Amino acid sequence: MNNVDDPRFCTFYLGDLFLGISVTCVQEVIRYQERTRVPLVSDVIHGLINLRGEIVTTVDLRHRLELEPRQPDDQEPINVVVRHDEGVVSLLVDEIGDVFEVADEDFEPLPPTLKGVYRDFVRGIYKLDRKLLLILDTDRLLDLPNVSNVPGLEPADTPNIPHVTPITEVVPS
Amino acid sequence: MSDEMDDVLNEFIVESYESLDDLDRELVTLEQNANPDSLAGVFRAVHTIKGTSGFFGFNKLEAVTHVGENLLSKLRDGETEVDRPITTALLSMVDAVRDMIDSIQSDGVEGTGNYDALISELEQLESGEAPTADTDASGSIDVDTAVDATGDISDVVAEADIAESTETTDVEILEPESLAADAAETVDTSPTAAATGHVASESIRVDVGLLDDLMNLVGELVLARNQIIQYTGTNPDATFSATTQRLNLITTELQEGVMRTRMQPIENVWNKFPRIVRDLSIACGKQADLAMEGKHTELDKTLLEAIKDPLTHLVRNSVDHGLETPEARLAKGKPAGGTVALRAFHEGGQVIIEISDDGAGIDPALIRRKAVEKGLLTKEEAAGRNDREIINVIFQPGFSTAAEVTNISGRGVGMDVVRTNIESIGGSVDIASTHGLGTTVRVKIPLTLAIIPALVVACDEERFAIPQVSLLELVRIDGHDPQSSIEYVHGAPVYRLRGRLLPVVHLHEVFGKAPPEHSDGINIVVLEADNREFGLVVDEISDTAEIVVKPLGRVLKQVSAFAGATIMGDGRVALILDVMGIAEHIGMTSTGAGKQHGVEDGEANAAGDLRRLLMFRLGDRRLALLLEMVARLEEFSTEQIEVTSNGRVVQYRDEILNLVFLSEELGIPSTRPEDAPVQVVVYTDGGRSVGVVVDDIFDIVEQRFDIQHGSSAAGMLGSAVIQDRVTDILDIEGLLRLALPALFAEEAA
Repeated sequence: MNNVDDPRFCTFYLGDLFLGISVTCVQEVIRYQERTRVPLVSDVIHGLINLRGEIVTTVDLRHRLELEPRQPDDQEPINVVVRHDEGVVSLLVDEIGDVFEVADEDFEPLPPTLKGVYRDFVRGIYKLDRKLLLILDTDRLLDLPNVSNVPGLEPADTPNIPHVTPITEVVPS
Repeated sequence: MSDEMDDVLNEFIVESYESLDDLDRELVTLEQNANPDSLAGVFRAVHTIKGTSGFFGFNKLEAVTHVGENLLSKLRDGETEVDRPITTALLSMVDAVRDMIDSIQSDGVEGTGNYDALISELEQLESGEAPTADTDASGSIDVDTAVDATGDISDVVAEADIAESTETTDVEILEPESLAADAAETVDTSPTAAATGHVASESIRVDVGLLDDLMNLVGELVLARNQIIQYTGTNPDATFSATTQRLNLITTELQEGVMRTRMQPIENVWNKFPRIVRDLSIACGKQADLAMEGKHTELDKTLLEAIKDPLTHLVRNSVDHGLETPEARLAKGKPAGGTVALRAFHEGGQVIIEISDDGAGIDPALIRRKAVEKGLLTKEEAAGRNDREIINVIFQPGFSTAAEVTNISGRGVGMDVVRTNIESIGGSVDIASTHGLGTTVRVKIPLTLAIIPALVVACDEERFAIPQVSLLELVRIDGHDPQSSIEYVHGAPVYRLRGRLLPVVHLHEVFGKAPPEHSDGINIVVLEADNREFGLVVDEISDTAEIVVKPLGRVLKQVSAFAGATIMGDGRVALILDVMGIAEHIGMTSTGAGKQHGVEDGEANAAGDLRRLLMFRLGDRRLALLLEMVARLEEFSTEQIEVTSNGRVVQYRDEILNLVFLSEELGIPSTRPEDAPVQVVVYTDGGRSVGVVVDDIFDIVEQRFDIQHGSSAAGMLGSAVIQDRVTDILDIEGLLRLALPALFAEEAA
C-alpha cells in the first residue's frame, strides 16, 4: 500500500471528488454486477458479488465517505477490486478515471482545515494540472471493525464456531 | 545430509509412525490372543525400525528396538508366553521409539531420553527363559553389560533402579521362573528379516496439499457445472444439452472420486483405542473389552483428524466413569469384565459413530439435582424435561467441572469441549443412558466439509442456504388464516408441532426487519441446534442443492448468522445460514433465555398415561380420537362418493369403503362446504375398514390426560382437557356398532 515504488495511481470519481489509490493494490476494474445483499450489516457493505468463483465483498464508497447516497436513476457504479490484507474487496465508485503517474514534488499533506472522514481516509493530495487528486488510505477505508448493525449478532464472548469450514480453509494435516 | 538422504529419512519416519500405530494395536491383541501371524508381523515391524535406525546411526533407537526384537523373537518362537508384564514392556518400548522418532522428526536427533531401564527390563523379560541373550555383534554396549551370564536378576534390577530412568518400570514384578541359561539360543532373524519393508504395489503416497487443491478445483467445477445446467434450461440446442448431460455425469463422478481419495477408514483413529482401553482399565482396576464394528467406515481425512480427540475422550470416559469395578459388576449380576463398543456406519449422508458401554449408566435424578444446584436449570425446568434431555445437560459448559461430575457416576469431564469440537465440524452429539445398564454416545458427522447438501430458502428476495445437517423437517401451514396457527406464549411465537410447542422465529425478524404481513401460507424450516429444536419461518422453500462452501471476507466473518457463502446455479452469491449462530441470536441455546423446545403442553405433568390423540373438528366442536384406533387418514372428493343400499361408500384400495358421516351420527351440524373434499379417518377392525367423515383434521397431540367419564352421549368415551380445551374423546368402536349394526352383526355371526 505504499506508493514509494510505484508513483502511479488508479483514479476515479465519486460525486465531484477526484480520488486515487495506488495501482499496486488494484486488482482489476469491472462493471457493476448484481449484488447479493447481506442482512444484519451496515449499509457500508453493499453486498456480495461472484468474481470468477470467488466471493467478493463490495463496499459502498459513497456511504463510507459519508456522501449523498446513490439515487436509483444514477448511472450504474463501477467496481474497483482491490487486494487487501482482509482479502479481496471491491469499492463501488461512480466513474473510473485514468491511471496517473505523479511526481513527488506535487504532493501536499492534508490542509489542517479539512475535517471529518477525510482526515481519516485521505493520505494526501497531489496537485495535478487543473484538479486535485485525493489519495485514499485503503487500510483505513477497509478497517470496518463493526459492520454488524444489530446488537446481539456481533461476535459473542465465546468465539463463534462456524458450522462449515470454508473450502479454502481446509488445511492439509 | 543430501536431499536424497532427507527423502529416505522422511520415508523412514512416516513408515515408522505407521508401524508404531499398528504395533500398539497388535500388541494389545496379542495379549488377549497369541497369534503366530501377528507376532511375526510385530517382529518384522520392530526389526525394520531397528535395521533402518542402524543404517542412519541412531544408536539409542537401535539399542531399544534391538532388545525388543530379541524378546519378540522368543515370543514368536513360542519359548515365552505373552503376558501382561511383557506386553506392558513392549508397549513402553513402542512409546520410547515413538518419542525418539518424534525427536528425529523435529530436530534430526534421537533426543536426550534415557532408556537404559527399559532396555534392561526388556532383557530380563527375555532372559526369563534365557539369561544370556547372546546379542549379535552390532548390539550396543548397554546390552552386553547389563546381562550377566549368570543371570543375577536382582543385580540387574538394582542397576535399573540406579539408572533413574524416566520410565516407571515394572521391573519388580519380574519373577523369572528359571534362570537356566540357554546360551545356545540365539536370535533368529533370518526367515522374516528378508520380508521387511512395505510392498507398495497398489498404492502411492500423495501429498495431502495436492488432494486439497484437487478438491478445490472440483468444487469450482461443480459450480461451473451448476451454472451450465441452469443455462441449458434456456437453450433449446440438443447437442448442447446432451453435452451438458455428460458434463454433469462426469463432474459428479469426478467429485465422488476426488472425495474418495481423501477418505480414510475410521480404523485409523480407532487403532489407538485398544491400547488406551487396556492401559486405562489397568490403571482404574477394571476389566474392559473393546469391541469394534464398522471400522472400515470411511470419512474425510480432515474430519478424521478433527474427531480423534473427542472420540478418545469419549472412550476414556466410558472406561473411567462408565464401567464399574469388577466387584461392583459382579454384585449387580453382570460379568466382571465390561465392554466398550464402538460402532460406525453411514446413515443419510452422514457418518454415525456410537460409543457405548455396559456400565453403570447415568442417573437422571442426580443430573437433575446437580443442574439445579449449579444454577443451569431452574427447578421447574429440570422437572419439565424428560430423562433424555436431562442427561444431555452434561454437555453444557459449567456442568462439567471435573471432580463434582465424577462423584455423580456420570461422565462429564470436558464433555462441553467434546461437543464444541464435534459441532465445529458440522456434527452433533447426543447421549442416551439407562441407569444401571449403560450409556451410549452417538456422534453424527458429515462425510465431508467442502461440498455439502443444503436447503435453499428465500427471504426478503434473497436466497439463503441452510446446511442439511441441521435440518429436521419442513412444515407448511396452509389455509385462509395461517397466521392463527402461530400462538404466542408471553410474546414468544410458538407453533404446535405434534403436540409439542416449537418456538418459531421469522427469518425477517432475525435480520431485524418486520415480517411481511400478508402471506397465503407459512413455511417453517424445523432446525436443530444445541439439541434444541426451533422453527425458522421463511418466505419460500426453493430447492435442495449441493453447495460449495466459500469463506466470507474477513469483514463479514463477525456476523455470526452466516457460516459462509456459495455460488448458485445462476452465478449469484447466496449466504449460508449458521444455524447455531441464529439459535444463539434468538436465545435458543442452552445458555439463552429458556425458550427451549421441550416445554410440553401445559398439563403435561398431570396424571394419566402419555397417549396420542388425533384432533379434529366437527362443526364448532373439538373432538379427539385415540391415535391407535386410526389406520389411515384419507381425503376424498365428493364425486368419489357413491350411494349403495348400505349407504354412502367410496372405492378404496380395490375395496368398497363404507363412510360414516360423524356429523349425522352425533347430530352435530357440519360446517364443511357442500362440494369440498371430505376428510376421512379410516378405522380397521378384523380386516374390515370403515371411513369416518369429519370436518377437519388439524393435529396429532401426545400428552397425558384423564378422561372424565359420565358423558351420556352415545359413541363418546368422555371428555378430557386437551391443549387447554375441553375435548370430547370419540369411542369409535361403539359409534360404528351403532352406525353400521349390519356390519358388526355379520362379523359377530
